[in-house]
Amino acid sequence: MNFDDTPQEAEFRATARAWIAANAPKQYEEELRKSSLGRTQLKNANILDVAKAWQKKKADAGWACLHWPMEYGGRGASPIERVIWQQEEGAFGKLSHMFIIGHGMCGPTMMAFAREEHKRSYLPPLASGEKVWCQLFSEPAGGSDVAGLRTRAEKDGNDWVINGQKIWTSGAHYSDYGILLTRTDPSVPKHKGLTMFFLDMKSPGVEVRPIKQASGASDFNEVYFTNVRIPDHQRLGEVNDGWNVSLTTLMNERSAIGAGVSTGFPELFDYCSNLMLEDGPAIENRAVRSKLANWAVKASGLRYTSMRAISALSKGDRPGPENSIGKLVAGSMIQDIASYALDLQGGAGVVSGAEDAELAGRFQAMLLRAPGTRVEGGTDEIMRNIIAERVLGLPGDIRVDKDVPFNKIPTKGRG
Amino acid sequence: MNFDFSDDQKQLRDQARKFLAEKCSPKAVRVVLDGKAPYDKELWKGLAEMGFLGVAIPEEFGGAGAGHLELCVIAEEMGRTNAPVPFSSTVYLAAEALLIAGSDAQKKKWLPAIASGEAIGTLALFEGKGNPSPKNVKLTAANGVLNGVKKPVADGAIANFAVVAARTGSGGRDGDISLFLVDLKAGGVEVKSLTNLDPTRGQAEITFKDCRAEPLGPAGEGWSILTQVLDRAAVLCAFEQVGGSDRALEMGRDYALDRIAFGRQIGSFQAVKHMLADMYVSATLARSNSYYGAWALSTNAGELPEAAAAARISATQAFQHCAKNNIQVHGGMGFTWEFDCHMYYRRANAMALGLGSLSYWEDQLIDRMRKKNAA
Ligand SMILES: Cc1cc2nc3c(=O)[nH]c(=O)nc-3n(C[C@H](O)[C@H](O)[C@H](O)COP(=O)(O)OP(=O)(O)OC[C@H]3O[C@@H](n4cnc5c(N)ncnc54)[C@H](O)[C@@H]3O)c2cc1C
Repeated sequence: MNFDDTPQEAEFRATARAWIAANAPKQYEEELRKSSLGRTQLKNANILDVAKAWQKKKADAGWACLHWPMEYGGRGASPIERVIWQQEEGAFGKLSHMFIIGHGMCGPTMMAFAREEHKRSYLPPLASGEKVWCQLFSEPAGGSDVAGLRTRAEKDGNDWVINGQKIWTSGAHYSDYGILLTRTDPSVPKHKGLTMFFLDMKSPGVEVRPIKQASGASDFNEVYFTNVRIPDHQRLGEVNDGWNVSLTTLMNERSAIGAGVSTGFPELFDYCSNLMLEDGPAIENRAVRSKLANWAVKASGLRYTSMRAISALSKGDRPGPENSIGKLVAGSMIQDIASYALDLQGGAGVVSGAEDAELAGRFQAMLLRAPGTRVEGGTDEIMRNIIAERVLGLPGDIRVDKDVPFNKIPTKGRG
Repeated sequence: MNFDFSDDQKQLRDQARKFLAEKCSPKAVRVVLDGKAPYDKELWKGLAEMGFLGVAIPEEFGGAGAGHLELCVIAEEMGRTNAPVPFSSTVYLAAEALLIAGSDAQKKKWLPAIASGEAIGTLALFEGKGNPSPKNVKLTAANGVLNGVKKPVADGAIANFAVVAARTGSGGRDGDISLFLVDLKAGGVEVKSLTNLDPTRGQAEITFKDCRAEPLGPAGEGWSILTQVLDRAAVLCAFEQVGGSDRALEMGRDYALDRIAFGRQIGSFQAVKHMLADMYVSATLARSNSYYGAWALSTNAGELPEAAAAARISATQAFQHCAKNNIQVHGGMGFTWEFDCHMYYRRANAMALGLGSLSYWEDQLIDRMRKKNAA
């Protein structure tokens, strides 16, 4: 057991640190550091432009998608080098959140299932942030039950013709490409009739409509497909084997989201350390301390759980379903922490405008974004199912639609 | 960075697991639970023969001189089996106090005896209600003579010697406390067994009346030594708690697979599945915090105070959480004396108090985090 860098790791750290010091967009550092989940915006710049520029600079110098192979735009780095990079990148890492779906989910899926020539042409610009990707899985009828989706793909010559609707597609409004899960055979049970593709989001017939979220922001979209044509060579995996392909994506999604998710704890600790209550400093109040301690051990528990996972990865183990822990724990934690921070502000906690609110409305923004964290990438309930079934080996839920052809499954709960 | 035990350490864990599975079955634990023996003497002897008692004691004092990471993996197995032996009192508390503050003569006298299983040691700290604090130490020491009452003292009725916290100054400050080493079989000591939450681990009241004692460590430094001892014990106990959590989770999982209700395995009901998933989550967070504690302990890192408190809180919560929900998964069966669930429930709740309560450690953790941030 050893937390110190090996000489090689120390050398890697020094190189990374020096490069970041010389190249990062420092004018935004303070603003990025203070921004919280749900509010990473820049006052005087378009964050997407800043993020893309930083990503491109990293890619040109070999610091993008560190763990990807070189020929696809990565660096072939070890899992531990990746962690070192993240530690050194610090607040600038928040800029890459724009690319998390492309880098965390679409890229790995392409790597596992796309043709070699496609990998070589599509992956490097994805790594460098020049092209942004989105994940077109969820539909009004297929969220947790992804395999319940209805978007149709029908073969027409060497093309597939797509009709249907996706929803909650993060970043679709600025994406260049997407991976798309479709139904190719409705007459067989739901998991057996799906096929995966990747497509150009600028294809004729694709219409993206931003959705206003509960938080007030618009990060996700509805996407409509009307006779959109996708050439067969952009199919990922076999026809009707899309479920298996999507499992690769979802597995990667859990570790990508789980590893990057914030808990809100450092912010709360910092806040309580400086806050004066009526009867003295908050940090000296017994009730406050007890709350803080409980969240502190969850935050550290998550941190060291991911370090254990990284140590296992670097010994050649594959990422497993236990990675579902991160998002499950952090999701409700950030929600509870945000609401507690507002409680400490008393009546003024209700004010959320960046100019007038305590801490520029940091915790208010967190509170309003948190419900989404508990839903995106699999709800708390789905995460618990995964842990119970795949880690602990408990029986799967009873599935009344298991052997029923998809087009015979009821579509409404009532009436 | 490598955040895992080495292959050798894992092998030691397997060895300890195998040994304890054989020598420390629930049936053996019940002999002590039912009051037929104060502790499992055979097991204690066996642990000595395996070299487990002295695993972290240097070779020159009769131990194996392996280290604290090795002790951690053994602790986990002790917790997994609810071992009814004075392991934590002797090995984590008494031996660690000697290692930190003992004179050469004191170490020579007691450490080899601990390693060989001949001597049982303990720490006499509490005096009724309250958490570790210099203010709560009323027992006095003057000219090497102790007067006062300690209660509860873990394993006090079977211990050969105790490390005793005593007041040598008049205030309630750290510097007013000193530690003493007392041979409990000598004069001036009266021991009374107390009934307690977990009969597999005895508790006692010890009255010291004009009892001769030798100082352990410099006068006035008792509290600072004690803090170090408690921090180390917190990490080691956390591993016992992690072992206990894992076992309680395993028992719940197995029962959920075996028991049928409404024509289905109860483990197929989501309410039950999700309860077990949450047990896994708390056990995993505790394990990870404990690993960090183990690293800090084994390297004596500056992070130890904070890491120890975090491991302590996380593991205490996890063990309590897993033990209580294990009973819930077992339904009525879980509430019978015959099923083993209550042994873990008892142990979890008794262990939650042994080194100071959860709220005490919460307080410690925040203090230590503040200090670190200020530094
Ligand atoms: C911020 C955000 C970003 C997103 N980004 C994307 C994206 O980029 N691409 C994309 O494809 N999707 C995206 N999604 C969609 C997301 O994956 C789904 O919302 C999610 O999987 C839940 O599906 P649902 O919304 O249909 O809820 P439902 O599945 O209808 O769930 C409703 C409730 O029922 C519960 N439930 C459902 N099934 C079960 C079960 N088997 N057991 C127990 N409880 C159950 C759920 O836990 C939930 O509480 C995003 C969602 C959010 C909030």
